[in-house]
Order: sequence, then structure tokens, then C-alpha cells
Amino acid sequence: MTDSKYFTTTKESALFPDVVNCMQTDNLELKKLVYLYLMNYAKSQPDMAIMAVNTFVKDCEDPNPLIRALAVRTMGCIRVDKITEYLCEPLRKCLKDEDPYVRKTAAVCVAKLHDINAQLVEDQGFLDTLKDLISDSNPMVVANAVAALSEIAESHPSSNLLDLNPQSINKLLTALNECTEWGQIFILDCLANYTPKDDREAQSICERVTPRLSHANSAVVLSAVKVLMKFMEMLSKDLDYYGTLLKKLAPPLVTLLSAEPELQYVALRNINLIVQKRPEILKHEMKVFFVKYNDPIYVKLEKLDIMIRLASQANIAQVLAELKEYATEVDVDFVRKAVRAIGRCAIKVEQSAERCVSTLLDLIQTKVNYVVQEAIVVIKDIFRKYPNKYESVIATLCENLDSLDEPEARAAMIWIVGEYAERIDNADELLESFLEGFHDESTQVQLQLLTAIVKLFLKKPTETQELVQQVLSLATQDSDNPDLRDRGYIYWRLLSTDPVAAKEVVLAEKPLISEETDLIEPTLLDELICYIGTLASVYHKPPSAFVEGGRGVVHKSLPPRTASSESTESPETAPAGAPSGEQPDVIPTQGDLLGDLLNLDLGPPVSGPPLATTSVQMGAVDLLGGGLDSLIGGPNFVAPPAAAVPANLGASMGSGLSDLFDLTSGVGTLSGSYVVPKAVWLPAMKAKGLEISGTFTRQVGSISMDLQLTNKALQVMTDFAIQFNRNSFGLAPAAPLQVHAPLSPNQTVEISLPLNTVGSVMKMEPLNNLQVAVKNNIDVFYFSTLYPLHILFVEDGKMDRQMFLATWKDIPNENEAQFQIRDCPLNAEAVSSRLQGSNIFTVAKRNVEAQDMLYQSLKLTNGIWVLAELRIQPGNPSFTLSLKCRAPEVSQHVYQAYETILKN
Amino acid sequence: MIGGLFIYNHKGEVLISRVYRDDIGRNAVDAFRVNVIHARQQVRSPVTNIARTSFFHVKRSNIWLAAVTKQNVNAAMVFEFLYKMCDVMAAYFGKISEENIKNNFVLIYELLDEILDFGYPQNSETGALKTFITQQGIKSQHQTKEEQSQITSQVTGQIGWRREGIKYRRNELFLDVLESVNLLMSPQGQVLSAHVSGRVVMKSYLSGMPECKFGMNDKIVIEKQGKGTADETSKRRPSAPAHSGKQSIAIDDCTFHQCVRLSKFDSERSISFIPPDGEFELMRYRTTKDIILPFRVIPLVREVGRTKLEVKVVIKSNFKPSLLAQKIEVRIPTPLNTSGVQVICMKGKAKYKASENAIVWKIKRMAGMKESQISAEIELLPTNDKKKWARPPISMNFEVPFAPSGLKVRYLKVFEPKLNYSDHDVIKWVRYIGRSGIYETRC
Repeated sequence: MTDSKYFTTTKESALFPDVVNCMQTDNLELKKLVYLYLMNYAKSQPDMAIMAVNTFVKDCEDPNPLIRALAVRTMGCIRVDKITEYLCEPLRKCLKDEDPYVRKTAAVCVAKLHDINAQLVEDQGFLDTLKDLISDSNPMVVANAVAALSEIAESHPSSNLLDLNPQSINKLLTALNECTEWGQIFILDCLANYTPKDDREAQSICERVTPRLSHANSAVVLSAVKVLMKFMEMLSKDLDYYGTLLKKLAPPLVTLLSAEPELQYVALRNINLIVQKRPEILKHEMKVFFVKYNDPIYVKLEKLDIMIRLASQANIAQVLAELKEYATEVDVDFVRKAVRAIGRCAIKVEQSAERCVSTLLDLIQTKVNYVVQEAIVVIKDIFRKYPNKYESVIATLCENLDSLDEPEARAAMIWIVGEYAERIDNADELLESFLEGFHDESTQVQLQLLTAIVKLFLKKPTETQELVQQVLSLATQDSDNPDLRDRGYIYWRLLSTDPVAAKEVVLAEKPLISEETDLIEPTLLDELICYIGTLASVYHKPPSAFVEGGRGVVHKSLPPRTASSESTESPETAPAGAPSGEQPDVIPTQGDLLGDLLNLDLGPPVSGPPLATTSVQMGAVDLLGGGLDSLIGGPNFVAPPAAAVPANLGASMGSGLSDLFDLTSGVGTLSGSYVVPKAVWLPAMKAKGLEISGTFTRQVGSISMDLQLTNKALQVMTDFAIQFNRNSFGLAPAAPLQVHAPLSPNQTVEISLPLNTVGSVMKMEPLNNLQVAVKNNIDVFYFSTLYPLHILFVEDGKMDRQMFLATWKDIPNENEAQFQIRDCPLNAEAVSSRLQGSNIFTVAKRNVEAQDMLYQSLKLTNGIWVLAELRIQPGNPSFTLSLKCRAPEVSQHVYQAYETILKN
Repeated sequence: MIGGLFIYNHKGEVLISRVYRDDIGRNAVDAFRVNVIHARQQVRSPVTNIARTSFFHVKRSNIWLAAVTKQNVNAAMVFEFLYKMCDVMAAYFGKISEENIKNNFVLIYELLDEILDFGYPQNSETGALKTFITQQGIKSQHQTKEEQSQITSQVTGQIGWRREGIKYRRNELFLDVLESVNLLMSPQGQVLSAHVSGRVVMKSYLSGMPECKFGMNDKIVIEKQGKGTADETSKRRPSAPAHSGKQSIAIDDCTFHQCVRLSKFDSERSISFIPPDGEFELMRYRTTKDIILPFRVIPLVREVGRTKLEVKVVIKSNFKPSLLAQKIEVRIPTPLNTSGVQVICMKGKAKYKASENAIVWKIKRMAGMKESQISAEIELLPTNDKKKWARPPISMNFEVPFAPSGLKVRYLKVFEPKLNYSDHDVIKWVRYIGRSGIYETRC
């Protein structure tokens, strides 16, 4: 046997009986080989494998502990049912063997057996024996028992198998100091799943884990970082210890960068997460992320990412000098990313914008094709961030028009030309040149070209009529792409029906983009922090995205901040892992509908299947036939000066409302609505021991019902399900109620049930009444609850100013309802921002006779608009609220929503 | 956990294949070969996900080691394990090459069975493994009961890295402070980044279970003690290292061999341990402050027209004149379209190496506070390649007999209460070597 192929082909299974005969040898080396053979071929010859059982059982009693361990280790690897049955007795003995080497092997064997036959393990009581091993005197036995239990627990989420409590944690922390490097990893990974009961316990665990940061094994360090990052969440920021801990974390993370390149890569991917979660840890360590010439490409790219995240006013000069250096390197991907990084620095650090732009211009002068293209893409973003500041460079960009061959760069250039058409003399010629090959362009470029030409037309209507007609017909008639056609039609109709409105829409002031891009969504970030060091943190994806089946898909989240001194906290601060409060604005990605219509699209839209049928197209053309004529020739087509429009309307109102429109329009904040504290909906007495309390939340456009189920009965509850009766706004569960495991007595489970509003509608009395049925294995229970109306206020409830005026006039006066909100100490700004958080948008604000008047709009999920006028007198805590709505019955509930939001 | 481990040769043929978990199919071996080894392009990531199976790989010379899994494993642990696996194999049969792996494949399977159980890494200390996995093959009946339990208690025990009952006639220990100094300097001579990564390697030949305590001029310790007495242990090189004016150094971070009691270091900052027998790496550390840069490189590159480059490089040594630096090598990169090079240097030998696209200038020895110069004329072939030459940095290699970080060993005390030898009977040697890490100057 000198060639490894002996073990990789299948012919050898014929030798089975002869090999099994060799099992009884005294030669340990030979025995190991025979066992290896059995592991590989037992499955293909289960009947033959039975012959080996006797020897296994005998070997499990051998006086030599190495042989006992070998036998039990091998037996666990033979996945033949008949053999598994014989394994139980020897395994039970080995778990209690006097020799630690045998016990540590047996501990892992339980995990093996569980993988083959989970039921058998439970029936035989191996789990309890395994739990006892956690208190073993030998550290390696403890470590392996922890590893085995953790693995088994993963396939039984919430089975409470590990049963971590302060006592068992203490045992683990003691074993941590003594076991091998690998054992330390198992224990630390297990500790990370524990949630301490208060900040004091968290701190004491942290104190005992920090020494691990000096371990030579990077995995031990990263796992320790994971535990610390997670438990830190529970510590108060004012604590001295919190500061010390932050300081202690930086050096070991930096040291990881002197490890082998593969480990550096893992470390960098994790640092990327840590920097997003707690930027303060590494803010002074910029230099260590500078790229070395010999770094492998994957390390270079990751370092670059982190450099941008750490860039700040203090270090920007250094960073820019580095980035410029990188832009001359060889690897195309790396150079591109470096160029893009320069643009991101400009957007992030305002003071450096000018230097960044000049650096980019220098790079464009190099004429290296991909550098130029990448630079143009980022300059477009810079224009978005700092409008009317750097347009002097447009001339230079236009010189390079011909060299652009990548869709993204072409689209960016076209966007620039369209956006600044009035300053580019030959904008029409430039765009026309692109139009020649319209059908060969990618969708991204086509869409951008369409928009740019419409913009050009609105800016210079006289010379470009022919051009716009040409592009509209290309987009609507000759294209198979539904997105392109749709957009073409929208523009066409806008232009033909109301050119003024078209101008308002197409040339609307765009919201500024903000600094950070590519940020990981906060809840995902929090989950990934719980997976530091693992594959999930390398992929930046939750395990469910790449792990098959139920294993390892338990959703993890950071522990909420609790202090032992204060028992309860106000619900606003309760959501875990969002210490900074507001969420950063992110450059809108594809699929952002609002951005799309406002021509902010930066990424290529996903092109749907072409659904062009001739009849549809014919009809559409017919519809627009007349429109086009009027568009081209109509006298009403020359747009009136834009400024006149609101003035006219304002005057017709006859009140001094015309001065009220100086509000800066911004995209609605992403933060969720106000959440009412949980209330008990179904007391345990009424439901055979099941207690349900809950509340409703609205976050980033989705409504959910946060339930807390408590089992106060003496028996286990299973098979939960929930159903809603028909109700006024069609609220219905968007997913079945998922309670993953049986609810054992005195256990509480928190569930967030997503809701939608597409259920059947029936008017209820009162309007916001919701009747709910909950079922479990015991019975069906009914209860009803009132939901606060503001969970139904949608994110796009901000009405245009003129629209607001028109609608206000339009709704008859008898629909107006007036309410008093008493004892509210807030001023107008605070009121406005608090209401905005719950999707009540201030359209305008004015000050009349020392009173602040807020004009507000909101929209319900079923499309009902509610307009409001809120009168606030400084010094007087009572506000007057006038509501106007076409469906006056909602007014009362809207008023209640106002009350709830403002008073909490 | 790790589902399987494969070793391939450079052609992608499987040399070793050991599957630990049932979820890894037979086709996983081929998936990695086809998608990574045969992909014939630069490796873009050491972790690859193919059809929901993740592959971690490292390469040693032209051998690929791949760990494969379908679960959310601890990625750092898998790589650490692969390195460890390489170390263990190297300790058993030397260089990791196709031939050595084929010749030792029985041994490798035996090792894989021992150090990885169901994908969980177990004891991987070579010292412990060698007691019961031997290449000759041990007959089980030849071991006495005591021997067996000694083995198992060592493998699983608290001091898994040392066996009991070691005896030497002469108790001796060697300490090597090995540092590599890394530098990135701008053409104008501004230090962009500089750090020293150092290692303290210990070779111990001590009897029994000696308790050791290691002390160095760590700023935190020195400040705590006030002016502590420095009991110098250096005997091999009695002269103190250069720049001895510096009393203590600030260590950014350090990591230790698993024998060091980390909790004690954390609380008292004292380094105490029971060392493994023979050679091991006691600690690694990193410093960034007050680094002595042994050499300064001053480049001057001038482009004369489109077909000629003039390069002048001056190196200056910056340490005590009495010390000698060795094995100095300066590597000046040249453009790809170089057709010919003429070099003049005052000292050492310089050669243009076309295959490496560089002028390599070697100097055997150079004393401190000296300078030397090289000038070269590079002829270029005219090209129509639009892309500019990226001008890679000038790199340097050298070896100096002091620690550029300024680290000094203050003491290494040995206590063995059970045997009758004291700290004074142990012969101790200390040596400092500073080497260049990535020592680059942009031009």
C-alpha cells in the first residue's frame, strides 16, 4: 500500500472479508488502517460490516486507552444502522471511562451518533451524560463536550440543551484557561451564544475573556473579539470599563494583519463589520490598512474597503496620497476600486472634495481607458453630492466621450450631459451621437439617454423637438424592454398633457446623496457581529443564505442593553443594536421606485421578460397619437416660468400661504414609527394558561405585530397558529405564526409577525378594532384589540405643496374636524420631526401672529389622504388640530394617533 | 465543522482525501479541482463557495490543501488548522512536496485521524503526537500501562506540550530575538508606515517541569517598577545592542505560545510558563514607535526621452559604526520593455536580471553610519503601450545584529522546585537578529 489511490476507488470493497480478518491484529498502525478502510467501505457492504462489530466491542474494552478511543471513534464514523445499535453500550462505557483521552473521544462520538440517529441519542440518555461532561476535571473533555453539545443544539433551536447559566458559564471560563487552542475556540464560540442577565455579569465575563486577545492563534483572538463585541452591547457607554475594553480591542485586531494572507483576509472581512458597528475602535489605525505591493489581490481589495470606511478629515490627506498611488498599479480590479475610492472620499469628507476632484482629473489625463471610465462614474456621484460646484470639469469629461465603452461609464456621462445640458453648448449633438446606436446600447444606457434627452428638451425646447420625438419613438415603439417602454410612455404623456408638471417631475431638485455607501443593513450587521470569525462573516451573508437545511440557521441577534440599576426602559431605546439612533442614508439602489421616477437610477434595472404583443403596442400608439401632435406643435407647449406657478396658486388662495413653501424637501427618514408599549391582550386565565401580550410596529414600510407568548400552564404548548377576522383596513398576517419549538411551562417567546393590508375588508366598530383567533394544541382562543392608526400611515404620505392647497380647498368644509391636543410641551420643530417619524409629513410651515401653523399630510395604506393643520402657540401647551379628509370617519382615530405620538 | 480535507498536487490530482462528514459528497473533490485549481487565473479569494459547499485552501510550494464544509464553520479556525497541519507534516517528514506526501501517506491518514475528529481539531502539538504516532509503528503490547496513561494524559492534559521526566545533564537555554522591520517610505523620504514584527524563539534543554519567567524592557513593566535593576542575561553577545540609550519600548500588542499563562499576563503583565522541550516560539510582538530604521534608501529616477531611464539610488546605514550589517540586497525594479542596462556601483555587485525585471545590487557587509551609491542607465524599447509603467517600489533586504525595535531581554529565570538545579546553574544564551521584512521605498 504505497499509493493513496487505494482509498479513493471502489474496487477494493471486494476485499472486505479479508480486511476485516486483519482487524484483530496487535499492530496499532495496521489496526488504524483497517479501521480507515471500514469507514470508507462499510456503507457499501452493510452486511459484511456486521462482521466487524465483535472486534469493535472487544476493542472498546482493551486495556490500552488509545485502542479503546480508536474503536469508539471509528464506530461512530460507520453509518450503518445495524452497527449503530451495537455502538450504544460501548459508548456509554466510554463516556464514563477513567481515561480522559477516551472520554474526550466519546464526547465527539455522541455528536456523530446524533447525526446518524438523533432519536436514539435522546432515548439512550446520552445528552445528559454529555451535559455532565461539562463539569469534567479534564479541560479537553470539557471542550469536546461543549463542541458536541453546541452542534446538537443547533439542530434543536430553543431546546435549551446547553442550558447556559452563571454556574455553567463559570465552569467554561475556568476550562478556558487550561485547554488547547482548539478547545478555547469551541468554548468561546459557545460563550458567544449566552446572554448575560445584566451588565455586571457581562462585564465580569468580558474581564475573563480579554486575556485571550493575546493568544497566538488568530481564531482564538477572533472568537474572543466576538464575545466581547456582543457583550459590550450590554455595557453602558459611561462605564470606565467600556472605554478600556474599546482600547483593548484595537491592538489584537491590528496584529491579525501580520498573519498569513488567508487569515488576513478572514480578519479583514471581520474588521469591515467591526468598523461599521463600532468605528471608534480602529479610527486611529488607518496606516495599518495601507496596501503593500506584495499583498495578494484579495487582501488588497479588502484593505481598500476599510480605508474608505476609516477616512476622515484628520487622515484624508494621507489616504488620498495612497489612493493615487494605487491607481497606477497593475491589477485592473484594484485600480478601479482605488479610483472609485477617491470619489467616495470626496463624498464622505467634504473638505477634501476639491482635492479629490483634481486627483480624478489628473487620472483622467493618463488616458488609461478603464481609469477614465471609472473616474467618470464617480464624478457623477460627486456632482450629486455637491451640485453647482465642480461643473467646470465637464469640458474635460466631454473630451473623453469617445473612449467610453462600458455601459456604466456611458450612462454616467449621459446623465452628466443631460443634467447640465444648459451649460454644454453642444449637448444636443453629444446626445444625438449616442442615439445613433440606440438599440445596441445596454438598457442602463438607453434609460439614461431617454431621460437625458427629455431633460435637454425641457431645458432647450426650441432646438430639440426632433430629437425628443426620435428618442420617444425609439423607446416606445422599437424596444422590447418593458421598463424602457414604460418610462418612454410616462415621459410622453407627461409632456403631452402637462409640460409644466413634466418639468416639475423631471427637473425636480434631487435629494443629496449622503456619504456612506455599501453599508450593511443594520439588522444584518448585528446578526453578522454574532457570527464573527465564521464563514458568515467572510461572506457577509447570514448562514441561512449558504447552509442547507435547518442546521445553523438559528437567527442570532445582539443582546439588548439592560442595566441592573434600572428595571425597565422606555420602548424607544429598546430596539437592540441601534445605539446611534438614526440610520444612515444610503445611495438609492436599484428597485427604489421613488428614485427611479426622479431619474436617480444608478444601477441597471433588472430587465423583465419582453411582453410585447402587437395589439398592446398598437393600442398604446393610438392613444398617444393625438398627444404627440399637441406636444410638438401646440402653443401651450412653451413652459411658463417655473417660479410663477406657486405664486399664482398662492394668490388664488387669497391667504398669505404663498410664503409657506420654503421647506427643504428631503427623503423621509427610514426610522420606524412610534411603538406603543406592549399590553396584555389575552390574560392567562381566559386562555387556559396562555398569556398573550403585544403591540404593533411599523418599520421601513412594513407593519408587524410583536407578540409575546407566555406559557403559564403546566403543560407544553405546541402547534400555534393565528388568524384575523375581516377588518376595516384589510390587515392580515403576511406569514404564518412561527413558534419554532414547543413552549414549555413558564417559558416566554417573542415573535414578530409581519402583517400586510391585502386581507378582506369589513368595516368594524370602532374602526380600528381587530379580532384575532389564536390556536394551540389545547384550544382556540379569541380576543380583540385596537391597533393605533399610525401603523397604517405610509412612507410616501408627503403631499406636494400645490396639491395640498388644491385638495384642502377641494374637500368640503363639513368634512373638517377640529380637536384639541392638551399638555404637549413640544415646540413646532420637535412636533414636526416626531410626527415625521411616524409618517405624518409637514408639507409647509408658517408663522401667523406668533402662532406656528403646521400643514401636514398623511396617507393610509388604502390610499385615503388626511390633511391636517396644527396650530401651536408658543407657551401654550394646547394645540389645535384641524383634520380634513374625504372619509371623515377616520379623523377621530387620526387625532388619537397624534395624541399617542406626541405625548409619548 | 470541517467536513473533509483534500490534498492535491499542482495538476489537481488528489493525493489525500479524507471525508469526515456525511454531507460532503464524492464530487466535492472534483468541484474544487475544476473551479479553483484548473481555473487558471489568479486566486481571487482563499474561500470559495461552489454549489453551497465552501472550500478553504492554502498552497504550500505547489501542493494545494483544501478544507471543505457545508456549515457555517469558524473560518479563522479552519485556516489556523490548515497551517498547523502543514507544520505537523513538516515536523514529521520535512518539506511538503508531492513525493514526500506520497511516501508518507499512511502516516498522513493516521495523523488526520488523530488531529481531526468529526471535523473538530484535537491536540495538534507535534511534541505530544510524536509520543504515539511514530513512523516506525509501535506495537501496542510493548507499551507499559504507565506509558499509555502518560501518553493520554499528556494529549488531553493541561500541559499537553511537555512530557514528564525529561532529563538533561547540562541545563541550557537559547533565546533568539528575531525581528523583521517593515517600512514604506515615500520618494521624499517621509515614513508612510513602519512597524517591527518580532518573535522570541526559545530553545530549551531543561530537566523536569521547569517554571520560567521572562522579562524584557517593556515600558509598562518598567514604569510600574520604577527603575528596576536590569540583570542582563546576554552572554553570547555581551555588547549591548545599538542605541542602548533607550530604556524601554512601547509594545503595541503581543501574542504568546499556548504555554504562557495569559490571565497572569493580563493582570500582572508577567510572562510565566512551563516551556515545551526543544524549540518553540515563545511570543510574537509588534511595535510602531521609535523604530530604528537601519537603512535609508534615497532614489532618483529620471526619464530621459521615451527610451531611456536614469536611476540613482543611495543607501545610508543608520546604526553604531562598530556593528556590521550583512546580506544587503537592494532590488530596483525596471520597466517591462527594458532592452539593456548599464550599472556602476561603488560597493558590492550589481546585476540586471531580466527574468525578474529588476537590478539586483548585493553588498556582503556594511558598517554603520556609511553610505553607498549605485547609478544605472536603462535603455527602453519603444512601445505603443499606452499604459504607464507602474513604478513598483525599491525593496531592500538585510540582516543586522540588533533589534530595531529596541527590545532587550532583561531576564529569564528558571525554577524547578523538584529537581536540584537552580536558576544559576542554567546556561543561557541570548541573540538579537534584525531582518528586513517588507522594506520598501517608492520611487
